[in-house]
Amino acid sequence: MNDLTEARKPPVATTGILGWLRINLFSNWVNSLVTLFVLYILIQFIPWILNWTIFAADFKYNFNGEEIINREMCSRVLDPENGGACWAIIYVRFYQFMYGFYPREEVWRVNLSYIMLAVAIVPLLFDKFPFRKHFLKFTYVFPIIAFFLLNGGLGLEPVSTNKWGGLLVTLVLGCTGIALAFPLGIILALGRRSNLPVISMMCTLFIEFIRGVPLITLLFFGMVMLPLFLPEGIDMDGLARVLVAVTLFQSAYMAEVIRGGLQAIPQGQYEAARSIGLSYWQMNMKIVLPQAIRISIPSIVNTSIGLFKDTTLVIIVGLLDLLGIGRGALADTTWLGLAYEVYFFVSLVFFIFTFAMSRYSLYLEKKLKTGINMGAD
Amino acid sequence: MRSNLNFFSDEKFRSIFFQTLVIGLFALGIFFIVQTTAYNLEKRNIATGWRFLTDPAGFDISFSPFINFKSTDTHLDVYFVGVLNTLLVSFCGCIAATILGFLVGIIRLSSNWLLVRVAYIYVEFTRNVPLLLQIILWYSILIQLPRVKQSLEFLDTFFISNRGIYSPRPVFENGFSYVFIAFTLALVSSFFLRRWAKKRQDETGKQFPVVTSAFGMIIFVPLLLFFILGSPLSFDYPALKGFNFKGGMVIRPEFIAMFLALTIYTAAFISETVRSGILSVTKGQREASASLGLKKSWIMRLIIIPQALRVIVPPLTSQYLNLTKNSSLGIAVGYADLVHGFGGISLNQTGQAIECMVIVMATYLTISLTISLFMNIYNRSIQFKEK
Repeated sequence: MNDLTEARKPPVATTGILGWLRINLFSNWVNSLVTLFVLYILIQFIPWILNWTIFAADFKYNFNGEEIINREMCSRVLDPENGGACWAIIYVRFYQFMYGFYPREEVWRVNLSYIMLAVAIVPLLFDKFPFRKHFLKFTYVFPIIAFFLLNGGLGLEPVSTNKWGGLLVTLVLGCTGIALAFPLGIILALGRRSNLPVISMMCTLFIEFIRGVPLITLLFFGMVMLPLFLPEGIDMDGLARVLVAVTLFQSAYMAEVIRGGLQAIPQGQYEAARSIGLSYWQMNMKIVLPQAIRISIPSIVNTSIGLFKDTTLVIIVGLLDLLGIGRGALADTTWLGLAYEVYFFVSLVFFIFTFAMSRYSLYLEKKLKTGINMGAD
Repeated sequence: MRSNLNFFSDEKFRSIFFQTLVIGLFALGIFFIVQTTAYNLEKRNIATGWRFLTDPAGFDISFSPFINFKSTDTHLDVYFVGVLNTLLVSFCGCIAATILGFLVGIIRLSSNWLLVRVAYIYVEFTRNVPLLLQIILWYSILIQLPRVKQSLEFLDTFFISNRGIYSPRPVFENGFSYVFIAFTLALVSSFFLRRWAKKRQDETGKQFPVVTSAFGMIIFVPLLLFFILGSPLSFDYPALKGFNFKGGMVIRPEFIAMFLALTIYTAAFISETVRSGILSVTKGQREASASLGLKKSWIMRLIIIPQALRVIVPPLTSQYLNLTKNSSLGIAVGYADLVHGFGGISLNQTGQAIECMVIVMATYLTISLTISLFMNIYNRSIQFKEK
């Protein structure tokens, strides 16, 4: 005879959907009240926002089926009660949002650069990418190709940078700023940790100065003071001056992040490298920096997200990035008053880029953690 | 002869050589820049110097709550108005962002799934959209409020319109200074009371109701004095006259937009530091204090928060610094802060680019260093005191 009774099932109230609801939403009366309150607000809000952005919105045609060419034809201007967003402003100005005032017959160059940017960046981000080594060679030469492609020269029609705009300027500022600030940041970080007091002091002063002032003052510095510092004959255009400011700004933040990575490298690594006879530069290039940079990549990505968002500040000194083009569209009398559509669209574009970057940083952090644990086992 | 060749491999010599080289190059660079700048300035007929500071500014500033600014005032006054406006919005923003950030951070650790999700969406959305865009968005919402004539009214005292929020202005009459002095004294003495109570508790174990008594002292003593002195405070109410309100106190939409955007943006970052700070306190601490028989609220107040603060305060400091520096974006909506008023309008009117930029940068550096200093002192006071 088997005396064992069958295991009793857990009470209904703790398993399944009911149990989940009870534990996560209605665990006590305060929680239940909060849940109901939040639900009430969401029920009010979500259908309204979905309706406004999608169901009641105009994309190219208004509710009469006419193609929208000015604000008076938007459904929400014709019928403020029922009309949703009027995305026609984005549709009509899409070219400007993507390329600024880049000549239409030359726009293939921008498109080609966008595609090549993806080819250059993706293998850099994922170390299991097939044939990564060969792709990385392309990553190194990409900036030079992109410079001539966008700027002109070598047989291509020159396109002045004051015709650039929209996403093009945002990406140029973000990518160039990050790419140039990275080596500068390494040098500054090594300099700050240097044993030579003069060099260490100068790097520290530079880093702390840049981190103590807002980016906008550095942009003003680049715009109004830089031309005074340069001798006659050397003329920098607006984009280049802003790039100088953005690079200096980002390099200070990058330096601090890399310095954090350097501090995490145990002293034994330095001593071991020295004891096998490596010079200062050999030690840093072959032993210390590869490890330090590997652990600081998540933070590097995080500061890069910051820079990417901060590129919007260039509208204050007169450059037309994505936000600048948006404000330009709003100042146009044919589209006056469609601020929410424009800002929604610009936010969405920024959100896609920065959210992807922050997810990537999280992925790296996770990978790094497992990598270190595996090493310890 | 070899020693001569190996002169360069002597570490001491090399170190001195390189440092001299760097100083030399640096000095040369500075010399070169100064030369070209002097030449460029001369060519453009710009005289350097600080004399422009005492020239009349010749423009108006719409928002200057502390100094009564007239267009005949000098550029130096513009500077002070700018500094005060920068400090005002930074100070209000830091306090509001701390409160909101702690709230959201704690919510994200709560057991209510729905609330956690909503807080998560808030954090991700505000963190990933540029602050400048948020400031402009808030401003564009605020200036779509009804015009002055149709302004929203609350109790006939607060008026909300696209020109800002009008509210009664307190007028301090004779004797109010005594109330203020009493308030300050109560604040100081409750600080000493807390120290005394803590010392007594450490020695004897007896507790003293510090919070209630300090609260009573700070609120009721000044209030009592206020009524004894015959309420020496009146209000100047705003009233619609012509096209605008007269009297009262106004908070401009530029300030509100800056305040809302800075608060909401920074609070998202603060909530993350708060969350990781609380998570950094191990579960064992909570369990150990529960097994000692502490109440739930005491566990949070006496065990979790003090330990979490050690992790939270350093990143919180950098968030305060960021907020202060980000307040310089007021220029996008015309908030007359340091960058917009002095670094923008004054610079353009006088053409003294170098002087203005040097002053603006030096001021921001001073503010940043001051905030770091105070937060470092606070940080040291809450760190582990190892005996």
